[in-house]
Amino acid sequence: MSQGNPKQLGKEGRARRQFFADTARGLCGVGAVGVGLGLIATNASSHAPEMLRPPGALPEDDFLAACLRCGLCVRDCPFDTLKLAQITDPVANGTPYFIAREVPCEMCDDIPCVAACPSGALDQALDNIDDARMGLAVLIDQETCLNFLGLRCDVCYDVCPVQEEAITLERERNVRTGHHARFLPTVHSDHCTGCGKCEQGCVLEEAAIKVVPRSLAKGEIGQHYRLGWEEKAANQGESLIPEQLKMPIRRPEGES
Amino acid sequence: MTLQVGTDAIKVKGYLASYRFLVLRRISQIAALALFIVSPVAGYWLLKGNLTSSELLQAIPLSDPFVFLQTLASGHAPISTLLIGVAIVTGFYWLVGGRVFCSWVCPVNPVTDLAGWCARKLGIRRRFSVSRKLRYWMLALTLILPAITGVVVWELVNPVSLLHRGLIFGMGMGWMLVVAVFLFDLFVLPRGWCGHVCPMGACYRLIGTGSPLKVKASKRDDCYDCMDCYAVCPEPHVIKPALKGKAKGNGPVIQSPDCTNCGRCIDICSVNVFEFGSRFANQMEKQP
Repeated sequence: MSQGNPKQLGKEGRARRQFFADTARGLCGVGAVGVGLGLIATNASSHAPEMLRPPGALPEDDFLAACLRCGLCVRDCPFDTLKLAQITDPVANGTPYFIAREVPCEMCDDIPCVAACPSGALDQALDNIDDARMGLAVLIDQETCLNFLGLRCDVCYDVCPVQEEAITLERERNVRTGHHARFLPTVHSDHCTGCGKCEQGCVLEEAAIKVVPRSLAKGEIGQHYRLGWEEKAANQGESLIPEQLKMPIRRPEGES
Repeated sequence: MTLQVGTDAIKVKGYLASYRFLVLRRISQIAALALFIVSPVAGYWLLKGNLTSSELLQAIPLSDPFVFLQTLASGHAPISTLLIGVAIVTGFYWLVGGRVFCSWVCPVNPVTDLAGWCARKLGIRRRFSVSRKLRYWMLALTLILPAITGVVVWELVNPVSLLHRGLIFGMGMGWMLVVAVFLFDLFVLPRGWCGHVCPMGACYRLIGTGSPLKVKASKRDDCYDCMDCYAVCPEPHVIKPALKGKAKGNGPVIQSPDCTNCGRCIDICSVNVFEFGSRFANQMEKQP
């Protein structure tokens, strides 16, 4: 076969053969890189729950599309709260995060990190830091929380920047002693910004209250549920269905 | 013993004049890093951020067009700050030559230059070859993957932004990727990263298409075929059409946007064939 022997190919033929070989090699390489990158990308959107995003961060999927990893938010944070992730950190490489237990967000009024963001990964529409939702504090371990044990620690409540709204102390009878009260720290998701001051302040060796991503912390009631007491309040105290509804009587057969 | 590249130039022009642009480039590369690091110490921010996006003199936004394209591909609607920053950077690099980024600013360039230097000194032969068009496939890949995954994928591993960011904000284990690039250039493919793989360089090459600042083989008649310019050039294929193209009616300007405007050929030539010039001054020499 004359075509199979490189020596019998002309200069152009050899060049063409070399070109195809180089191109094929290149394409295979790029394909392999693509598969690897795809795998990395699918893992990128799930990160360690203690790594919180700065205030105003878009939902994680949008954030990973928008963040340039420039570090301007890190530079403008006056409390050195924010860090840029390194390649081995369990969060997308180069993106900003903070760990509440180490340095929580101090909730600056002028929100300099959001103002610094050049891409919109931190939403410029956030103009009141109380509207930030970096995560949600959850009193995750009632067995070690000193207030649950009956003491008056109250530190998480005291350090909360949205006091009496984000965390309240709910009074309850202390059944163990029989004649004391327990003051149970209770987080309200309507007001908690997820700044992490409570988690940092918790006096335990390992915090009993922790800020976690809201997607992890919140349940969701099915759309078909109706809260009777709320509907009643909206309906001038009347029930939505007639009080005396005749229901069919079901008994086992033979009984009357 | 083999003849050292640059022997003629050093003999004729002296050491400093033979390395002028190399020294200037190293200064520029160090400045592109140092200005981001020194500023916090000085208390005033000349440059804040890193190469992917930054703030000049605490007012002017600068943003990397390649990273911008990736965020665009992944479905993010950019805000005006980003658009302005990208416009400024793109305009600047179009003016001075797109791949000026590669040879004068990029922090990976010294790494791959070092790999090339080591390979020359140690006499390491690398027989592997792939098409230089590979980088456009990489560029396509890095813009298609974000569209599929919705994640700016390349920036998870991009050694260029990783090295620059790491040196400013903390590297962690990121240096391993940089070492990988070094070893790839040293043992696998000469000029492998910058000349074949890097999609960022490919993007800047596209930006530099038609840019006015070019290297010109003005005195190509004086060339005595020492081949030193081919030896030092990171993209040697760009030289021939200008240097040897007189018979074919090519002008003396190096037209290919693959050229990084590094200026090594200008320095290494003992008879000063090359100089920086405008792409529009591409007339044929007058016949004597």
